[in-house]
Parts: sequence; structure tokens; C-alpha cells
Amino acid sequence: MKGRTLSRHFRESFKSLGRNGWMTFASIGTVTVTLILVGVFALIMTNLNKLADDIENDVEIKILIDDLAGSKEERELLAKIKKLPDITDVKYSSRDEELKKVIKDYGDDFVLHEQSNPLRNAIYVKAINPQETANVAKKIDKFEYTAEVNYGKGKVEKLFKVLNTSRNAGLVLIIGLLLTAVFLIFNTIRTTIFARRDEIEIMKLVGATNSFVRIPFLLEGAWLGLLGSVIPVTVVAVLYYNVHKSISPNLKGELLQLQSFSPLIYQVSALLIALGVIIGMFGSFISMRKFLKI
Amino acid sequence: MIQMKNVTKKYSNGVVAVNGISVHIKPGEFVYVVGPSGAGKSTFIKLMYREEKATTGSVIVNGIDLSTLKNRQVPQFRRNVGVVFQDFKLLPRLTAYENIAFALEVTEEEPTKIRKRVMEVLELVGLSHKARMFPHELSGGEQQRVSIARSIINTPQLVIADEPTGNLDPDTSWDIMHLFEKINAQGTTIVMATHNKEIVNTARRRVIAIEGGIIVRDEAGGEYGYER
Ligand SMILES: Nc1ncnc2c1ncn2[C@@H]1O[C@H](COP(=O)(O)OP(=O)(O)O)[C@@H](O)[C@H]1O
Ligand SMILES: [Mg+2]
Repeated sequence: MKGRTLSRHFRESFKSLGRNGWMTFASIGTVTVTLILVGVFALIMTNLNKLADDIENDVEIKILIDDLAGSKEERELLAKIKKLPDITDVKYSSRDEELKKVIKDYGDDFVLHEQSNPLRNAIYVKAINPQETANVAKKIDKFEYTAEVNYGKGKVEKLFKVLNTSRNAGLVLIIGLLLTAVFLIFNTIRTTIFARRDEIEIMKLVGATNSFVRIPFLLEGAWLGLLGSVIPVTVVAVLYYNVHKSISPNLKGELLQLQSFSPLIYQVSALLIALGVIIGMFGSFISMRKFLKI
Repeated sequence: MIQMKNVTKKYSNGVVAVNGISVHIKPGEFVYVVGPSGAGKSTFIKLMYREEKATTGSVIVNGIDLSTLKNRQVPQFRRNVGVVFQDFKLLPRLTAYENIAFALEVTEEEPTKIRKRVMEVLELVGLSHKARMFPHELSGGEQQRVSIARSIINTPQLVIADEPTGNLDPDTSWDIMHLFEKINAQGTTIVMATHNKEIVNTARRRVIAIEGGIIVRDEAGGEYGYER
């Protein structure tokens, strides 16, 4: 194909958008509505997922060190724990620090105990994969000089079950919505092509090759997808920016945080544009095939 | 120019529209194809520009054997055969000018040459002043002129027309007929299926009459031979 033919195809695709006025408008409208749904839903699901992660990552193993352990044994225990491959965030906390925490959490009633501190030195550790917490705890429990290893047995397992179930439900919803979006956009494109099947036939009858007929339609499909993603991308960005602005300050220092604006909004935008453009082109390609056979 | 031997065409629904036709049309001829509705005229004509493929027999057009022509060679072949339809088959969203230019753009011709040639044929069919109009802004006769201009834009040796005056009033039909005669006078072969008794009986030419998918009459300077 010659360069000027390619530029001709680009020109034709733009011209056709304009001359198909109503049809173009309707298609872009459908794509827009569909992609807004996908975008908003993607934001909600990402944040719910982040929420689940945050809750999960808060699960900690607390190791109380046996009173019999001297500082040398304590150091050895700490070293052993640190050598475990699947752990992270190891923190040593002396009995004095432990008491301060209790006082901070439960109030000055406990100040009395400052004289004779009943608490033990402790080590805090997290499993890299929170779902492995129980196994890690079991391993640590076998080490010497561990008096107690706590991670909220029972509760944690239940929590993980709930989180996993909701994650799976979310995944099913996302896939369902994506498929619906693909279907809706595809169908819109197919309708525009179907309305113009006679044109495709005429072009073939006067000696156009398949690609000569096809390329402007593919480009037009891409523009429909692209134009249809402009409003959704804007809506999603503005919406999330404002949600962030009004909610994030209230969450300062809390365990649960919104997914940050920056990479997320670009990822979602890319998803929306890609969905629009790729299905626009692919939909045109598929829908044209049978009309080119003449 | 066109050579058919024992051609049959059976559609996928079982209808045999052409049932053993052999015919020879020489370069420069002007041929009417007549016959009642459903006789197989359109099918006979569609076989010539390969909208339909013969079920059996051989069709040779412009020296090209259509039975062995590959799908991807069809566009190139069609550029050398002009086709005119009863319903004009213009692209509704392109202007008269653009419709004609399209048939030349597909050959990837240079834009300046396209422009020059389109102006020429517009002049020939007498529509230079309506170049920028869309098909729906033109009368039936004008639309048919655009479609004729498109059919000759590549200066084909052969122009095929399927009831080109079928949708037009008598006066306009004669205008269109004169246009075909003009094109024929330049040496282009013309095959025209028609129901227009007056034209066939007045502008006498070779007449091929088809009934039930076979040729029942083929005579030079023949008459229409049916009531309408
Ligand atoms: N695409 C098709 N599929 C099936 N049958 C067809 C098709 N085109 C035409 N026919 C049948 O073939 C016969 C001849 O039709 P056609 O060639 O259009 O005749 P004419 O042009 O003389 O009226 C008719 O019976 C018609 O119904
Ligand atoms: Mg017919």
C-alpha cells in the first residue's frame, strides 16, 4: 500500500465520522456510558481490594520471650526469626515499651505497674504472605525461649475466609462487567457496520480490495472507541480526585487508606481507552468479514 | 470479449438460474439481454463481472478465465469492467465527485490524475455542475449518470448494465441510452439487460433473449419480442 493511500484512509475515516453524524453520536454515546460504568466499578473494586489487603497486612504475630532468656539468648532467637524466609517487619519491643503501649491503649490505670512490670519482652513479626501467618507462627513456636506465640488464632482464619470470598466475588463481578462491556461495545460497532453493509458491497463491486475497504472502517472503529473513552476518563479522574480530597484527610494515620490517586487513575484510564479502541477496531474487523465476501 | 461455454448457475437454495448457456460477444458490440422476470438475466450478467461464480462451464472475460480466478485477483479484474445497476448503487455518504473518484482511488492512482479524469467523465455525462452534490440531492437520471461515469472512469473495454433504465421515466431513459451509445461509439463493448421495449425496438442491436435460464433467441438487430 502506498503512503498516500494510507493517508487517504485516515482522511476517509474522519470524514465518515462526520457524515454518519447521528450514528457516530449514538455509538460514542453507548461506548461512553459503558466505559463510565467500567471505570467507576474498577475504582470501587480496586479500593475494596486495597481494603482487604490492608486488613490482611495488619495481621501480626506476637512472640512473648521466655523470662529465662538472657540478652544473649534473646539475640539468638531474634536472629533465628530474622533468618526465616517468609517473614518481614521484625520488631523487638522490650517489656518497658510494651507497658507504655498498654498505658497508651488502655489508660493510666496501668501506670501503677511501672514499679513492677508484669509484662515480657516481645518480638513482633509479619508473614510476607499474610495467609501464611499460622504456618509461620507454628515454626516460630518451635524455637527455644518462646513463651507464647499469638496471632489471633481462629479469628484470623475466619477473617481470611471472609476476605477471600469477597475477593473472588469481586473478581467474578469484574469479569462479568468487562464481558458485558465488551459485548455492548462490540454490538454497537456491529450495528454501525451492518447499517453500511451495502456500502461495503458497492466498494467491492467497483474493484476495491478487502484491505482498501476495511482499513477506513477499522480506523473509524478506533476513533469511536477513543472518542467514547474521553468522557469516562475525565469522569473517573475528576470523581476519584474529589473522593480522595474529601475522604483521605479523615483517614490520616488510620489502618485503612484509599488507593492512591497517581498510578491507579492512569491504569484505569489506560484500561478504558484500550477497551474502547481495541474493541472498536476488532468489532469492525469481525463485523465486516461476511460483507467483504462478494 | 466475453466467451461462455455450457455455463450453469445453481444457487445454494437449489434454483438453477442459468441452465447451459454458450455465447460469444465480440469487442465493440452492443448487446441487449431481454426476457421475462426471473428468466435469469441478472444471473447471466452477474457471471460476467464475477459477482456470482458459474457452477459449471467456463466464463472468459477480457481474456481472463473467471472459473480459475482467485478471490484476491477479483478486484483487479473488476477495475477493467464497468458495471451499472438499476438501483445505481452509489455510496450515499459520498458526493457525486467522490463516488466517481472512489473507483479510481482503489487503483492507488495519483491524486492529480484522479482529479483530471473525474472532471473528464463528469463532463462526458454532463454533470460537472453537480459534482459536489450527494446522491439524495440528485434525480434518478442524474444518479444513473454518476454511476455510468464511475463505470467508465478506468476506461474499461467492457461495460455491463443490469436494467439501467428500470427506475427511470421514458425521457430520462433515452438520455441514459444515448450515453451508452456514446460510450459504445468509442469502442467499448456494452451488455445491457433491459425491459425497455421501446429502446430495444428503436435503437436496433443484437438481442439475446433468455427464458428459464437458457438462450431462446440470439439475433442481430432483433426486436424486444415481449409485451413489456
Ligand atoms: N442470490 C440468489 N439466490 C437464490 N436464488 C436466486 C438468487 N438470485 C436470483 N435467484 C433466482 O434465480 C432466478 C433468476 O433470477 P434473475 O437472474 O434475477 O432473473 P432476472 O434478472 O431475469 O429477473 C429466479 O428464480 C430467482 O429467484
Ligand atoms: Mg434482474
